[in-house]
Amino acid sequence: MIRTFKRIAVAAALLAAFSVSDVSTSRAASKATPPPPQDWSFSGVFGTFDRAQLQRGYLVYREVCAACHSMKQVYFRHLVDIGLSENAIKAIAAEFEVAGEPDEDGEPTERPARLFDRLPSPYANDNEARSANNGALPPDLSLIAKSRVGGADYIHALLTGYLEKAPAGVTMGEGMNYNTYFAANQIAMAPPLAEDGVEYEDGTKASVDQQARDVAAFMTWAAEPEMEERKRMGIKVLLFLIILTAMLYAVKRRVWSDLH
Amino acid sequence: MADTSTTTAEGHEHEEDRRDFLLTSTIVVGAAGVALAAWPFIDFMNPSADVLALASLEFDLSSMEPGQAVTVTWRNKPVFIRRRTAAEIDEAKKVPLSDLKDPQADADRVKEGKDEWLVMIGICTHLGCIPAGQKVTDSKGEFGGWFCPCHGSHYDTSGRIRKGPAPRNLEIPPYAFTNDTTVRIG
Amino acid sequence: MSAAPEWKNPVVKWIDHRLPVFTFTHHSLIDYPTPRNLNYWWNFGSLAGVVLVILIGTGLFLAMHYNPSVDHAFDSVERIMRDVNYGWLMRYMHANGASMFFLVVYIHMFRALYYGSYRAPREVLWFIGLFIFLAMMATAFVGYTLPWGQMSFWGATVITNLFSVVPFFGDAIVQWLLGGFAVDNPTLNRFFAFHFLLPFVIFGLVFLHLWALHVHKSNNPLGVDIKTDGDTIPFHPYYTAKDAFGLGVFLIFYFAFAFFAPNYLGHPDNYIPANALVTPPEIVPEWYFLPFYAILRAVPDNFIDIWGILPILVTAKTAGVILMFASIIVLFFLPWLDRSPVRSAKFRPIYKQLYWLFLADCIVLGWVGANPPEGTMLVIGRIATLYYFVHLLVFMPLLSRYEKTRPLPDSISAAVTPQGSSQSAQAQGA
Repeated sequence: MIRTFKRIAVAAALLAAFSVSDVSTSRAASKATPPPPQDWSFSGVFGTFDRAQLQRGYLVYREVCAACHSMKQVYFRHLVDIGLSENAIKAIAAEFEVAGEPDEDGEPTERPARLFDRLPSPYANDNEARSANNGALPPDLSLIAKSRVGGADYIHALLTGYLEKAPAGVTMGEGMNYNTYFAANQIAMAPPLAEDGVEYEDGTKASVDQQARDVAAFMTWAAEPEMEERKRMGIKVLLFLIILTAMLYAVKRRVWSDLH
Repeated sequence: MADTSTTTAEGHEHEEDRRDFLLTSTIVVGAAGVALAAWPFIDFMNPSADVLALASLEFDLSSMEPGQAVTVTWRNKPVFIRRRTAAEIDEAKKVPLSDLKDPQADADRVKEGKDEWLVMIGICTHLGCIPAGQKVTDSKGEFGGWFCPCHGSHYDTSGRIRKGPAPRNLEIPPYAFTNDTTVRIG
Repeated sequence: MSAAPEWKNPVVKWIDHRLPVFTFTHHSLIDYPTPRNLNYWWNFGSLAGVVLVILIGTGLFLAMHYNPSVDHAFDSVERIMRDVNYGWLMRYMHANGASMFFLVVYIHMFRALYYGSYRAPREVLWFIGLFIFLAMMATAFVGYTLPWGQMSFWGATVITNLFSVVPFFGDAIVQWLLGGFAVDNPTLNRFFAFHFLLPFVIFGLVFLHLWALHVHKSNNPLGVDIKTDGDTIPFHPYYTAKDAFGLGVFLIFYFAFAFFAPNYLGHPDNYIPANALVTPPEIVPEWYFLPFYAILRAVPDNFIDIWGILPILVTAKTAGVILMFASIIVLFFLPWLDRSPVRSAKFRPIYKQLYWLFLADCIVLGWVGANPPEGTMLVIGRIATLYYFVHLLVFMPLLSRYEKTRPLPDSISAAVTPQGSSQSAQAQGA
C-alpha cells in the first residue's frame, strides 16, 4: 500500500518534471508542427561551434536577414569569435554608416562603423520597422535561438518550412505566408532564402537548406556566445567535484566507522 | 584540523595516519576548489570587454596640415595631437637639457622618424587644468607651445615644462602608428 | 562534552573572554549534541544555507553591473552575459541557484512534514521556517522582474494585480505597489531595492531559525526526544563530514544545470525584451510557484453563485487569491491540526500513506499550474486543490485522533545501537 502511494508520488514527480519542459512546446506550437531535430556541431556536452559555418551564417544574416532584422546585442568586435580577423571585421564595419558625435554646430553627423559599434539596425525605431513591414515588427535576432522553443532546430525549420500554396481549407490573411512550423501557420515574413541567394567564399553550395542551417548556427552563437567556454569550464568543474565528493564520501565513512 | 583528529581518533591509533592523510588531502582539494572559485568573482570586477573596446582609439592624421592641432578624447581625457612645423621641431631640439626643469630630449617624446607628430595628454601636471594652445587664437605661452591659464605654466613646442609651477612635462600616452597616417592611442 | 573549552591561543582567549564568539561557535557547531540517527534528508537544511550564501554572493556581484532602469535593464543583463568577465557564470549560477534554493527548501519542508518536526516544542522553529519561505517567494518574485523580459513584465503585472481584490482599497494598493498605473520604471527600481534587501532579511531569519533549533535540538527519524548522552553525537566531525559529502553531491547536481542546461528551468519568453503592448500567449511562473498558481486558478467562475454567497464581494478571482494565500497560512496551524501522540510517520501507518498522496497531490498541482486552465486540466486542478485542503484540515486532525500508531522505541540509542539498548535500560532503571 505504502509502496503504491510512494510510486504514485514518484511517478507524478517524473511526469511533472518532463511535462514542465514540454508545456511551453505544446503551447507555442498549438497548431504548428514541432521542428525536426537536426545534427548540430554545438549540441551535446562536448559540442563546439563550426567557425566556417558561423562565418557563412553571418554572410546570410548580413545579406538577407539584416534587411529587416536587427541584432542589437551583437557588436562588431564580437565577430572575432566566429573566426574573422580584426582587419576583415573593420572592413565590413566600415561599409556601414552610423551616427557620430554632433559636429561643432550641433548638427548630427555620420561616420563609418567601428569595432566597438553594435551591428547596425535596419530601422531607426520600431514604428518605422512596422510601417515598412505591413504592420508586422521583425523581431531582433540576437536572442532568437534562446527565446524560441527548439532553438536552432526551430530557426532551420521555419526558414525551410514555407509552402507556396496554403493547404486547401486554410484561409490566409492579407499578405501572410503559409509556414508549417510557425505558430498558427501564418507568418508575415515572405520566404527569405532563395537557392544560391548568397555566394559562399568557401565554395559551399548555397542551397536553401544550407543557408538556413548556417544562419541558424550563427544565431545560436549570437544568443549564446559563451557556450564553448561554459561547456569547457563545466566539464572541468564537474570532474573536480566528482573527485572531491568521492573523497568526502571516504572521509564521511571513516569518521562514522567508529559508530557503526 | 588538529582538533578534528583528536576528537575523532579516540581509540583508533592505528588508523590515525591513514585518516589524517585522507582528511588532509580532502581539505587541501576542497580549499583549492574554494580558492579557484574566487577567481571568477575577482575577474568579474575587472574592466569588461565593452570597456576595453573603448580603451584604445584610432585617429586618422591624413587631413592635418603642418601647424595644425586637434584634441581627441581618450579614456575620458583630452589628448593633444599637433603636427609641428619644421621651425617648431628645430626649436624643441635646440634647447639644452640643462635648461629644463624635467629634462627630456625632444627625440624621447616623439616616435622615431615621426618628428612631426606630437601626441600628449592635455592635462597640466600642476593641478589638472587643460592648457591653452590648441586653437590658433589661443595664447601659446612664452615658449610657443602651451600655456596653462590656471597658474601660469608655460610648455614649449615639445610639451615640456619651462616656466611656472607645474613639476613635470605633459605626459605622453602609449601610442603607435598603425600605418603612415593612422595613430592608435592606448 | 558540553563543558566550555579551554582556549590555548592567547589572542583567542583574550577575545573570547570579552566576546565569547569562539565558545559560541564551539557549542553550536563543534560539540553541539545531535541525534545519532539523522538520515540524509536532514542534509537539506545546511544545503539551503549554502545556496543562500551562493545566491547572496553572486547577487551582490551581479548588482555591480546590473542597471535597474526600464531602458537599460535588459541590455545590462545581456552585457553581463556577453562582455563582463565570467558574467554568464555569475548569472547562470544565480538564476539556477534560485531554483535550487526552492528545491532544497521544499525537500526540507516535506522532511519536516514526514517526521513531524513542526510538532511541540518546535512550533516556533516551524513558523520561522514558514516566514523564510514567504520571504523567499517575495525575493524570487521581485528578482524575476529584474531581467525585464516578457515574463518578468507580465509576471509582475499579473501578481501585483492580485492585490486589486482587496475590497475598497484594491486599486489604490496596486498603484501604491507599482508606483504608477502599470509596471514601469518606478516598479523596477523598487523591486530591485527589495530584491537586494530581502535576502538579508532571510539571512536574519535563518539565524533565528538556528537559534530556535538549538534550543530543543534536531528532531530525528524516530521522532522521540533525546533522553541520554548516548542518543547524541557531537555535530563535528560526524555531521560536518556528512553535510560536506551531501554538499558535494548537491553541487554536482546544481552545476550540471548551471553549466549544461542553464535555461532548462527558465522560460524562453524572458529572452524577449519586456513589451507593455504584447502579452505572451500564456503567462507561466517559474516552476516553484506552479502549485500555488494552480490553486489560484482553481476556483470556478460560477462557484460563488452556486453557493449563493454575495457574488459582488467575493468573485472567483477573489476566492482564488484567498485560497492561494490560505494554502500557505494553513501551514502555520499544522502543529495544532496534527495532535497525534507520535511525531514520526514511521510509526503512523495510515498517515504515512496519506503523506505520499499529499506529496503526489502537490506535484500534480505543479503540473496543472504549468498547463492552460482548460478542460480536464481544470478539473484535475480543482480536485487536487480540494485534496490539498482536505488533507491538512480534515485528515490531519481525524488521523491524530483515530489512527492506531505503532509502538515507539524507548530511546534513539535503544533503537539504533546494540549497546544503546542496555544503556537506556540502565537509565530507565535509575
